[in-house]
Amino acid sequence: MVEEIGRTTEGDVIINVGPQHPATHGVLHLLITINGETIKKVEPHLGFIHRSIEKMCESLSYRQFIYVTSRMDYLSSHINNHACALCLEKGLQIEVPSRAQVIRVLMDELTRIASHELWWGAMAMDLGAFTPFFHAFRERETINDIMEETCGARLTMNYIVPGGVMQDIHPNFQQRVKDFISLYKSKVGEYDELVTGNIIFQNRMKGVGYLSAEDAISFGCTGPTARGSGVTCDIRKLYPYEIYEQLQFDEILETAGDSFARYMVRVREMNQSIRIIEQLIDNIPEGDFQAKTKAVLKLPKGEFYQRVETARGEFGVYIVSEGGTTPYRIKFRSPGFSNLSALDHMARGSKLGDLVAMMGTLDLVIPDIDR
Amino acid sequence: MFIVKYIKDVFSGLKSLAVGLRRTLYYFTHHKEIITQQYPDNRETLHLPERFKGEVVMLHDENNEHACTGCTACELACPNATIKIITKFDISPEGKKKKAIDKFVYHLELCTMCNLCIVACPTDAIKMAQTFEHSVYNRADLTKVLNKPGSKIREGVE
Repeated sequence: MVEEIGRTTEGDVIINVGPQHPATHGVLHLLITINGETIKKVEPHLGFIHRSIEKMCESLSYRQFIYVTSRMDYLSSHINNHACALCLEKGLQIEVPSRAQVIRVLMDELTRIASHELWWGAMAMDLGAFTPFFHAFRERETINDIMEETCGARLTMNYIVPGGVMQDIHPNFQQRVKDFISLYKSKVGEYDELVTGNIIFQNRMKGVGYLSAEDAISFGCTGPTARGSGVTCDIRKLYPYEIYEQLQFDEILETAGDSFARYMVRVREMNQSIRIIEQLIDNIPEGDFQAKTKAVLKLPKGEFYQRVETARGEFGVYIVSEGGTTPYRIKFRSPGFSNLSALDHMARGSKLGDLVAMMGTLDLVIPDIDR
Repeated sequence: MFIVKYIKDVFSGLKSLAVGLRRTLYYFTHHKEIITQQYPDNRETLHLPERFKGEVVMLHDENNEHACTGCTACELACPNATIKIITKFDISPEGKKKKAIDKFVYHLELCTMCNLCIVACPTDAIKMAQTFEHSVYNRADLTKVLNKPGSKIREGVE
């Protein structure tokens, strides 16, 4: 209970982090009850960039609503678009050409690397190391250039459409991806030298923000957050979509459950994405990049759900259709919202300075949480 | 034993810092690997890829003719009501009425560059331009009429 402004009846101090704090990576507002330097409670306050995307989608046609999902988790916009396209293809029973499937998976994995690169830089910057951010952006920029050449945009591509992809890949695409892979492999050692092996970094991460496997499941955590606690939850392995079941890659699991485990999951996941790209880049089949679809899509009456693995965890699209040209109801299951709910549990009892490390390893993207 | 572990930890910690510093010093002495672009000083050499989505433009040939029939497929495809087509009726020499565009109004301030209008266009009349410096002082400047004054539809485009 709040007795006076900024103080509870027990004499604990309430402080605000955000909505403009740089460590929250967006407009997230945290009300933190502290006793001295020990955190007693963390209350996330949402709604600062609520754009009512789900309601907005109800007035857009099935082709139009896909672009809106790029604005939710803007760091893995491709994968969000992919989920929507898959859900529509399920309802319309469209057979996607194999060329389009390979291009989609390639783009997904490039997006995943780009997202983890940015997270890695921002994570190190949260903990006070400034230069890793630029090292990460050097590689990320290469991916962005590839995206720009093929999709026409760097962040919100809107490249995946129901039935395939919007345009064929650029003639330079394969060569540039190969250049990126060789660049990445020559530079990935620097990540470990600069950050992972650093004693200050390790001491700030190890044992901080412990989340047990049971808690990770009960809070609904997915993605690297849950895999850092040893929970098997990779949708690409458990419920394979597109061509993931034919590909060789490992699901990264760490059992420690602390911030360092979550960090290691993401760093090692980038190598797995590189592995997937290496398998596909020389084997893009010939053929159409888009299946023939009607100009106006009409989903049959019913409910459709599709989930994919984004860079942050499980992303789900649930569409209720009444047979018209616009959806009756759309629900998005975003990974960031569930991951954030575990923050209070993680942070209780730890020091205020460690909160930044915990938030960093949750990889929060606020538009994804708020929608 | 505690003392031995403590000293070991101190030295391994110092080593990890030295490894990181070596990498930092490497970049400090290798200026060639600078990757920043000196924008806006490099405007002459800055080339964006041809697929880059900057703004919607209408293609006109040397006779000031375009390929837009005014079918409003782009207007229907747009999720944000960015495009508004105002049509008129041209009267041909034979006295026939023919639908043609009067104004192709494009609201750049509403556009999200999703490329859906370009895909929807049956006659390839519009395309994305590579411009990106869109800031203006007056919001009304962002509302553009894409068909040039005096332009008309190309012969043979239906």
